[in-house]
Amino acid sequence: METVNQTTGKDVLLPDDTIEAFRAKAADTPHPRELIVDLLRAIQDHHGWVPDAGIELAAQTLGLSPLQLEEIATFYDKIYRQPVGRKVIHLCDSICCWTTGGEQVAELLRDKLGIGFGETTPDGVFTLLPTCCLGACGDAPAMMIGLTTYGRLTAEKIDTILREIRQQID
Amino acid sequence: MNDYPQILFKNRVVGETAFIDRFRANGGYQGLEKGLREMTPQEITATVKASGLRGRGGAGFPTGVKWSFFPADQPVEKFLVINGDEMEPGTYKDRQLLLADPHQLIEGVILSAFALQVSHAYIFIRYAYEECSRNLEQAIAEAKEAGYLGRDILGTGWDLEIHLHRSAGRYILGEETAQLNGIEGVRPNPRSKPPFPAAKGLWGKPTNVNNIETIACIPHIITGGPGWFINLGITQGGVGTKLFGLSGHLNRTECFELPVGIPLREVVETFGGGVRNGKGFKACLPGGASTPFLTAQHLDTPMDFEPLEQLDSRFGTAGVTVFDETTCMVGATLNLIRFFARESCGWCTPCRDGLSFVQWILEEIEAGRGNRDQIAMLKDQKKNITGRSFCALAEGAMGPLDGLLRHFEQELEDHVKLGRCPFGD
Repeated sequence: METVNQTTGKDVLLPDDTIEAFRAKAADTPHPRELIVDLLRAIQDHHGWVPDAGIELAAQTLGLSPLQLEEIATFYDKIYRQPVGRKVIHLCDSICCWTTGGEQVAELLRDKLGIGFGETTPDGVFTLLPTCCLGACGDAPAMMIGLTTYGRLTAEKIDTILREIRQQID
Repeated sequence: MNDYPQILFKNRVVGETAFIDRFRANGGYQGLEKGLREMTPQEITATVKASGLRGRGGAGFPTGVKWSFFPADQPVEKFLVINGDEMEPGTYKDRQLLLADPHQLIEGVILSAFALQVSHAYIFIRYAYEECSRNLEQAIAEAKEAGYLGRDILGTGWDLEIHLHRSAGRYILGEETAQLNGIEGVRPNPRSKPPFPAAKGLWGKPTNVNNIETIACIPHIITGGPGWFINLGITQGGVGTKLFGLSGHLNRTECFELPVGIPLREVVETFGGGVRNGKGFKACLPGGASTPFLTAQHLDTPMDFEPLEQLDSRFGTAGVTVFDETTCMVGATLNLIRFFARESCGWCTPCRDGLSFVQWILEEIEAGRGNRDQIAMLKDQKKNITGRSFCALAEGAMGPLDGLLRHFEQELEDHVKLGRCPFGD
């Protein structure tokens, strides 16, 4: 995945052809605002999170004001307006996970990663965030890393998952 | 193990997805063929109304009645929205449905859109359900290829396009008017009602919003007829089957399709395999986080809308979360209130300030710092928040608090008297 523009050497928020595709879609719909969530998610998929420049780029692309973008970006908890690690762990803290040891899993993750909720590991790999119910109640306790849900968590299972993700990233 | 008729789950094999070949081989799209070739839109709506189907997303409003309010015959732009935000804690049924059988929903969407005479339907899917979104994308492409979607469907002269909206989190998006804002790309606070979406919904046009499981029932009602559907329920007035998502302190926490009206005891003991580790049953949420607790004395209640309303609880989404005898119900309620307080969109004061205040009181009591005045304050807050918030979120948050106060006030008293949680932590 290209994140740096080869000519300028600058960080790329979104590849030019993706921006063009969104511009074309925006021109094709009577209400371009319906593309906001898709575009913010595209920028985040590419860049990891949505910086101010991402809000401005999205606004220009859709012909909207930065405020129209910002009011959406700050509403959703899965749009990151601050830098995050390369993988974001969303640990469910709702009722079914609470009944099945979710609080102990939270403690385990804090210990293993050496960070608290809202923090990123010093190597920049993991950010730990709480989330409401993931809809994995039958497989509680559960967490979501990126877009993948992991259920029936145990200490050993968490070790394996974190190790495998670190290996994939290296 | 499950000998009850499997309708919504008839193609379900855990770990597999039935796409168009298996779906059609098992009778898929026959309801669509029948509806579009042999029935008028009005006849479909009348059939749904006659079936007595009630919304499966939590509120339980009669689907056919909702459809009959919709200006289907008016030649204006109008929309159908399918609510797949499923984020009520304890609820994971729509996910199972889409993982197993996405075409069932697509067939239901096409039939419903025909009945309502809309040409654009939106399926709204929550962020965490990416696999479901991918299944739907494939199913939509296959249905298009087969001529069930697009222009002049089955020679009716009627067109339909299905759009998939992938969301980015937040429970409030499950509220129908917040969801409309979410699809439009404006800040998804709920809208004031009236006007209701049937009059002014997406982009100000008439819009019908229904839950995924509700719409998945439609093809079966058309194929089997309303009489057959009504007979699937085993209570007087209970119709159809329901997807029950079991969770909490049970031996088997899985999703089962069971008849509406099945006794709670059978759900817990036969399907849930009983309470884990040989412990006793203390309480359950019968239909998701916003439904007041039931206790052991309610185990013989039929799981259906009216019997549960008579106990001042609700059928909700039939996500049954069970608590064993060692559970601190103050702690459980605190967890639920924290969820609602954090997911409040902040638009209205009773919800934004009221829920955090209730959370603070429960934290004090759970930590052993509470006093009896605070128990009175909980009752007061419940009265002041109920019915005074802008949307149903805060109302739902009062469900577990109401259950706590009605069935477990003694536990609140015990925390205050002992100056600690009597359950150990």
